[in-house]
Amino acid sequence: MTRTYLDQTIKKLKDDVVMIEKMVSHATTKSVAALIQRDYERSKEVYLNDQEINAKRFTVESECLIAIATQQPLATDLRVLASILEIVTELERMGDYAKGIAKINLITKEIEETLPIIHRLEEMADITVKMLGQSVKAFIEMDVETARTLPAQDDAVDEIFNEIYTGLVENMMENRSLVSLANQMQWAAHNIERMSDRVVNICERTIFVVTGVMNELEESDDEWAIEI
Amino acid sequence: MDSITNNQSSTDQFALRIRNLNVYYGTFRAVKNIDLDIIRNKITAIIGSSGCGKSTMLRSINRMNELIPSTRMEGEIIYKGKNILDTNIDPVVIRSQIGMVFQKPNPFPKSIYDNVAWGARANGFRGDLDLLVENSLRQAALWEEVKDQLDESGLSLSGGQQQRLCIARTIAVKPDIILMDEPASALDPIATLKIEDLMRQLAQNYTIIIVTHNMQQAARASHYTAFFNMDDDQAGYLVEYGQSDQVFTNPREEMTEAYITGRFG
Repeated sequence: MTRTYLDQTIKKLKDDVVMIEKMVSHATTKSVAALIQRDYERSKEVYLNDQEINAKRFTVESECLIAIATQQPLATDLRVLASILEIVTELERMGDYAKGIAKINLITKEIEETLPIIHRLEEMADITVKMLGQSVKAFIEMDVETARTLPAQDDAVDEIFNEIYTGLVENMMENRSLVSLANQMQWAAHNIERMSDRVVNICERTIFVVTGVMNELEESDDEWAIEI
Repeated sequence: MDSITNNQSSTDQFALRIRNLNVYYGTFRAVKNIDLDIIRNKITAIIGSSGCGKSTMLRSINRMNELIPSTRMEGEIIYKGKNILDTNIDPVVIRSQIGMVFQKPNPFPKSIYDNVAWGARANGFRGDLDLLVENSLRQAALWEEVKDQLDESGLSLSGGQQQRLCIARTIAVKPDIILMDEPASALDPIATLKIEDLMRQLAQNYTIIIVTHNMQQAARASHYTAFFNMDDDQAGYLVEYGQSDQVFTNPREEMTEAYITGRFG
């Protein structure tokens, strides 16, 4: 016995997850490139296109809820649909981070100074976008091994983030007129760093679908966590 | 004839312990090698495809099966420290403590009052019969609907009300365990949900075992679920047993996964 309709619905929803991931990855790469190149037209495009990501997320969410209500999925089917609901929320937030970077470029338009260290944002974004693609692929293919190992790459993103952060603090200390711009750039770096954390959340969902166990991966811990 | 007494510890975690149960109809083995511990004051659902021995096992628990000629049961069903399959245990006593609600509501062609009072009268009940009837109907969530028509025939009620009347009739003899064989399969969705709500309330005082084909019902209403399947020799056996939350979201066995997700067979 098969459940053709439910199987087709899940396949379509997985395809939609991949589509949103591509939209988010594109927005991220484009927003960082535009920020570094001070390309305001492209930033504007990213800023406005975020609406499409949001709309697609709501469509997927709605279709998931309809599938749950009408198909009454259980076990793996249910875990997949519940995870898709979670993952599209993560992706939508990542889209917001890209939009945020676009916004930073637009609101710092009048500032003439430049900060060379922000070129490193490109490297940071490249790793994050690559991780994002791999995490969604692992989800689609139910590749639990990749989902378990991928979060370790988050360390490289954190390392670059710390370097950028420290570099920007130094810039601010050396030249007070750079404070405003450097502060905005710290936010841009922070956005990418948060994206890589959300990639770890996607990996957690893959592990949940395959094993049924819902656990936070250690790598997703806040690197600035303090002992209380 | 040995008797089942109430002085066995009722604080035991298990209301019933089934050990290596095999049930035969003539030479045909309908269920085999069942080991199952039924948790006290919880609802246990038994699910599985047609012919996998769910109802056979349920009927073994209060020895209804032996009303079918050539039935033979092996193994143990331990209830209050006694194996109720022992021939020296009186099945009538067992059935007074392990009641049963059937698929089709089957009220007696008597008044609502007499339906509920019937078992208590037969057992020589000497207390306040009116109070017993009212309490039983209240517990079955039927009192408010029938309190002004207790003299009317039980058959005049709707299907859902008739099933709750049968539950009231079962409760009135103060059972310990209530067996339910597809109790809502003949009812509409509203009446079904009422029965499920009622089961949840009853589970505070009774142990309930329900056989159901409706997986959503098992998922909604039960605390524990046992999945039965038919083996190559056509005998039913227990595939998986666990908390319903676990069985329906993350079953241990591939066969359970296939069955509950509708990819079975």
